[in-house]
Amino acid sequence: MARRASPEINAGSMADIAFLLLIFFLVTTTMDVDTGITRRLPPPVDQPDDVKIKERNVLNVLVNKNDRLMVDGKPGDLATLKDVAKRFMTPVVPDDPSRPETEMKTIDLLGDIPTSKGVISLKNDRGTSYDMYINVQNELARAFNELKDEMSQNYFGVKFDQLIDEDKIDAINDAVPVRVSEAEPESIGDK
Amino acid sequence: MSKFKTKKGKGSPAINTSSLPDIIFMLLFFFMVTTVMREVTLRVKMKLPQATEVQKLEKKSLVSYIYIGPPTNVAKFGTESRIQLNDQFARVEDVPEFVAREREARNEADRNFITTSLKVNKDTKMGVVTDVKQELRKAGAFRINYSTLKGKAKK
Repeated sequence: MARRASPEINAGSMADIAFLLLIFFLVTTTMDVDTGITRRLPPPVDQPDDVKIKERNVLNVLVNKNDRLMVDGKPGDLATLKDVAKRFMTPVVPDDPSRPETEMKTIDLLGDIPTSKGVISLKNDRGTSYDMYINVQNELARAFNELKDEMSQNYFGVKFDQLIDEDKIDAINDAVPVRVSEAEPESIGDK
Repeated sequence: MSKFKTKKGKGSPAINTSSLPDIIFMLLFFFMVTTVMREVTLRVKMKLPQATEVQKLEKKSLVSYIYIGPPTNVAKFGTESRIQLNDQFARVEDVPEFVAREREARNEADRNFITTSLKVNKDTKMGVVTDVKQELRKAGAFRINYSTLKGKAKK
């Protein structure tokens, strides 16, 4: 007795079902990648002002509630902040009392190199707008990134963000430490 | 005469659509894999600032978000910037508990690598942001990320 062949399933609506699902996922999907400026907060201290840093090693950046800048005691400008920060963080080899101190560090892959002991101290008012704060952070980050790029170009011949070898990345990060310190907030008046 | 002319005429032959489902399925799987469901409903207005030196946030599973901005429902909540944790408004004092709960939800091995992404509206004043940062410091969540869009910073 011949087995009766099962009738073929009609697959014509398969496409419709798939379309339905596809449209659902198309609508719900979000393809945004989160980007941002990454920073590390300092651990809490009980008594601030414990650590004394020599004055020549600190670049004070203040932002007031009207979003105006004060860099190193003088009114500053966002357009020049990067260059000021970059010059400040560039190690000077014959010691210059008007510039931050330099110390020799031994770093794998780079050997003995001078690194700056400078610290950029960023202080903002409670009334500073977040937009301005991010702009300042961005300019400071740009200064450090350019220094890293130069260092990387000198030693490895490629830009910092094109380095693949973890050891090389660590070496550059050691040589150009990102030292942006945020002062303990002080409440001056309200808002 | 026209003995060999067929009745059918010159209409173009039907396109074979039997592989259409396969193509659609392929697209479907692509979107299924890449899709990320939105977890929270935003209750604050989000207009992120722009910056040029941005880094990508990696390992999304280790990121917890704090939203700060003016409420969307102005009539009910006013225009003062508020903090949103998960699905609801919160006060600054609630931040440590939020951090603790986020930490609880992760693997033990990953707990030290949790990054807190601050999504802050660009018009917000720094006061509330500073308060949140102080709470994060106290709670031991040191890795933070100021969420910004990639683009040219103004001014």
